[in-house]
Amino acid sequence: MSQHKYIIGTFLDEEPLLAAVKEVRATGTPIHECYTPFPVHGLDEALGYKRSRLPRAAFMFGVLGFSAGLSMQAWMLGFDWPMNIGGKPALAWPDFVPVTFELTVLITALGMVGTYLVASGFVPGNEPKFPDPDVTSHKFCIAIPSNTADYDKIASVLQGHGATVEEKEVEL
Amino acid sequence: MYESPIRRPLITGKTSYAKITDDIVTPIEAAPTKWWYLGFGVSVAALGLWLLTVGYLLFTGVGVWGLNKTVDWGWDITNFVWWVGIGHAGTLISAVLLLFRQKWRTAVNRSAEAMTIFAVICAGTYPLLHAGRPWVIYWVFPLPNTYGSLWANFNSPLLWDVFAISTYLTVSLVFWYVGLIPDFATIRDRAEGLRKKIYGLLSFGWNGSAKAWQRFESVSLILAGLATPLVLSVHTIVSMDFATSVIPGWHTTIFPPYFVAGAVFSGFAMVLTLLIIMRKVMRLEAYITINHIDVMNKIILVTGSIVGSAYITEFFIAWYSAVPYEQYAFINRAFGPYWWAYWAMMTCNVITPQLFWSQKLRRNLAAVFIISIFVNIGMWFERFVIIVTSLHRDYLPSSWAMYSPTWVEIGMFIGSLGLFFTLFFLFAKFAPVIAIAEVKSIVKTSAEEHIKKAAEKEGMDLKEVNPQIA
Repeated sequence: MSQHKYIIGTFLDEEPLLAAVKEVRATGTPIHECYTPFPVHGLDEALGYKRSRLPRAAFMFGVLGFSAGLSMQAWMLGFDWPMNIGGKPALAWPDFVPVTFELTVLITALGMVGTYLVASGFVPGNEPKFPDPDVTSHKFCIAIPSNTADYDKIASVLQGHGATVEEKEVEL
Repeated sequence: MYESPIRRPLITGKTSYAKITDDIVTPIEAAPTKWWYLGFGVSVAALGLWLLTVGYLLFTGVGVWGLNKTVDWGWDITNFVWWVGIGHAGTLISAVLLLFRQKWRTAVNRSAEAMTIFAVICAGTYPLLHAGRPWVIYWVFPLPNTYGSLWANFNSPLLWDVFAISTYLTVSLVFWYVGLIPDFATIRDRAEGLRKKIYGLLSFGWNGSAKAWQRFESVSLILAGLATPLVLSVHTIVSMDFATSVIPGWHTTIFPPYFVAGAVFSGFAMVLTLLIIMRKVMRLEAYITINHIDVMNKIILVTGSIVGSAYITEFFIAWYSAVPYEQYAFINRAFGPYWWAYWAMMTCNVITPQLFWSQKLRRNLAAVFIISIFVNIGMWFERFVIIVTSLHRDYLPSSWAMYSPTWVEIGMFIGSLGLFFTLFFLFAKFAPVIAIAEVKSIVKTSAEEHIKKAAEKEGMDLKEVNPQIA
């Protein structure tokens, strides 16, 4: 992907970033993304992000794991190779509960985490796309696309909250 | 956000986000200390003993163990259950305490989860070797085969165990790694050269964007929701290996809750044993504070009391059942030839944890360390007592026998401790032992500095509301 020009505001604390995000959004200027060293509560709502759909993906994987696990056992012991164990029923479903549960959990966990990594573009070997490598340690950055923003106005809003502001070409 | 001035601090001293990064990442960047080399050397030596004894076992056969026709489960299954039990604290801390929003979890979850994974690996080696031919262990899985597709027997608790343990290992590993990705990125972004490349590969291109954090939190919450019933299911299923049999002393419905409580009990003891040393050697006293140790001791007290009540209930039910075989099994446990194992178990598991009613002892590091070792020993004896004393005198007195381990079994046990500690030392050197991002997220509410500020803001006298800080 190519590089674009962004206005980057850098903060050293999370509260001013949160306040700045709200004020920039109030001016109607689109924000590209924010970068923080830890999950800042309320930031996703301030940015107007919708709730993640990962729980729905997890539920689908759960249904898959449950039905695959249960039907596998039922088919193997009940139909493909029924065994006569003291005349007891071959399709002894209470015995299938533990393995069905384990397979539900296993497939849900693996499926959901796989979805999360692929959807976020986190794959081994990928290069990180952020405005400043210190965002994984102690800096909080906001990136605003230059082409849709009025530099002077945005810079003064960000500086009003204590940010250092610069405009640079980065791939985000 | 409201910050309560009366809370006990979870991060002591001066704090800043940059300082947290420094404190946790510096030991990874620096050369290992003398203590690390010493500990690692001893662990690797023990691991060598494991390779030696396991090699001898594989070339000679399971006959080199002290098992006989009557006592056909000995140290192998004892150690298996002991290790699986130890592996319960990590997921409990990271999953159950996440659901309960316990902030003290953030400082200890990473190392406790590492401990879980390594303990489950150690546990897995025992059934693998007990099965006799580890090279065909894939037979336990339901695979199409040349014998006319005779599938695995899903009616057997031993097979449930295969699924429970392997699911537990996989999900714990995934949960642990999801949390490690942002922290590996923190190391990557401070590093140069080869280290940057390696941690870059490990951190999958993590960039700390708000969207990534939103998804991260969502995934963590669901994984916690999945891991909570999972952690309870694992030892429940292990206990069913015993409870579904018809051996007096094993055939009881109390086993699942009793095993789970015992597992959490022994897991927390092992976490304390490790953390008390680790915080000292790696200078993490500001993050793993005495308050963290205090709350973990309370969990030991609760689960230890559950275990104690279970022992007494078991004895009562044996008498109340009016089944002579059941009654004999319990009398034989306490007063038979293995009485010493029973009373070692009772002393270590029932009496020692009760010392934690005293706050002074809960906050005394030396006492906590010694008690945690006692609990580890007691829980080992619990498994030995359940397995060996129930088996050695069965229904037919002519086949009564005694069991004692051979040097191979002892060597394998010491060796599995070596395997565990080797993995733990490698983890402590190359991975962040504290969840960097998660600790940063509690700074504003739980750091000493910010609690002081909150008291000032409200015009409260710190000496009165929070004497520990003042």
